[in-house]
Amino acid sequence: MDEKPNTEEKKDTLMTRRYFLEFVGGGAILVAATGSAVLTGQFLSPNVLREPSLRFKAGSVEIYPPDSITLDKEQKVFIVRAKEGYFYAISAVCTHLGCIANWKSEDDIIACPCHGSKFDKEGRIIDGPAPRPLQRFAIMVDEQGQLIVDKGVIVSEDTILKV
Amino acid sequence: MKKLLHQLYRSQVWRSIFRHGLPESNRTRAEAVFYNFFLHVHPTKVRKRSVIFSYTWGLGGLSFGLFIVLVATGALLMLYYRPSAPQAYWDMKDLQFVVSSGQFLRNMHRWAAHAMVAVVFLHMLRVFYTGAYRPPKEFNWVIGVILLVTTILLSYTGYLLPWDQLSFWGISVGTNMIRAMPLGLGEKVSFLLLGGNIVGENALVRFYVLHCFIIPVAAIMLMVIHFWRVRKDGGV
Repeated sequence: MDEKPNTEEKKDTLMTRRYFLEFVGGGAILVAATGSAVLTGQFLSPNVLREPSLRFKAGSVEIYPPDSITLDKEQKVFIVRAKEGYFYAISAVCTHLGCIANWKSEDDIIACPCHGSKFDKEGRIIDGPAPRPLQRFAIMVDEQGQLIVDKGVIVSEDTILKV
Repeated sequence: MKKLLHQLYRSQVWRSIFRHGLPESNRTRAEAVFYNFFLHVHPTKVRKRSVIFSYTWGLGGLSFGLFIVLVATGALLMLYYRPSAPQAYWDMKDLQFVVSSGQFLRNMHRWAAHAMVAVVFLHMLRVFYTGAYRPPKEFNWVIGVILLVTTILLSYTGYLLPWDQLSFWGISVGTNMIRAMPLGLGEKVSFLLLGGNIVGENALVRFYVLHCFIIPVAAIMLMVIHFWRVRKDGGV
């Protein structure tokens, strides 16, 4: 059999048919795999959350006597009214691992039942593994004298609401 | 009687299932092991030392046995359990007080789960103390460690399913630990795991799917490789 000339040379310089098809096929699989990975990632992240609103009404100003601390168990928020009459709202969710802390009137502290973190009335850390003070939420009063707390807005530790 | 048995051994049905003679010679004894699907996970020959019970304490086999118990009881529990809030809790209570043998199956699932974590851990200790992680078994040790993690993950994802106070706070604390991951990764991972920002209905369904499908399938695939490697390395 006669060998065709230049075959060897062509193999060295040009892409062979086999390599071309492998390249195209492999590329197509790679593109499809990347696409489905991205789509699956998006699928796993929900677009609509039917979680309770972060903003809630906490009742009228009058129901909170001065020098009181009230835990709203459902909202996981302490509504605090100081001796001087001003308000602030602090989160009852412990900054350690998310348990709900309680007000201990006998010791004048907020204490977490899970791992023993302790906070004062302002939410500052006294003791325990908590890494940060309790969050303070925006609190405002509407025209009807109703308190509104927004857990979506975190305010600095000296923000108060005067009424 | 003996004649009847011999007739059975010669019948086509028997011979189509067992394609070797009775284990009377070394050859047929070996064939009995490697022509049988359930026995072929064992090597045809093992070292005498590793058959001594106190060498392995049968801990790997016990782990697998407990896994079988968990799959069987878990599949039965799934028939009465709906992963929705607050229905999940009442289904769990129904299993305890209304369904025949429900309490028994649930407790069996629970205790086998606790036992499996303990036994898998003891299995790891045994492998460590007998030096069975040394070459050529390093990779099987790695698979074993992943299987230990898989066991713990199965235990943890099952923890949420009763949907009571204990499970709710257990998962709250656990996912808050994930939030501590660096580079802002924690928030993302915990959001994807819970399907939201709080331990709610989405989280329950996700943990249910992980517990009943994704992690068990992963565990079975890893186990297949684990056992195959054990066999190739001449273990029991």
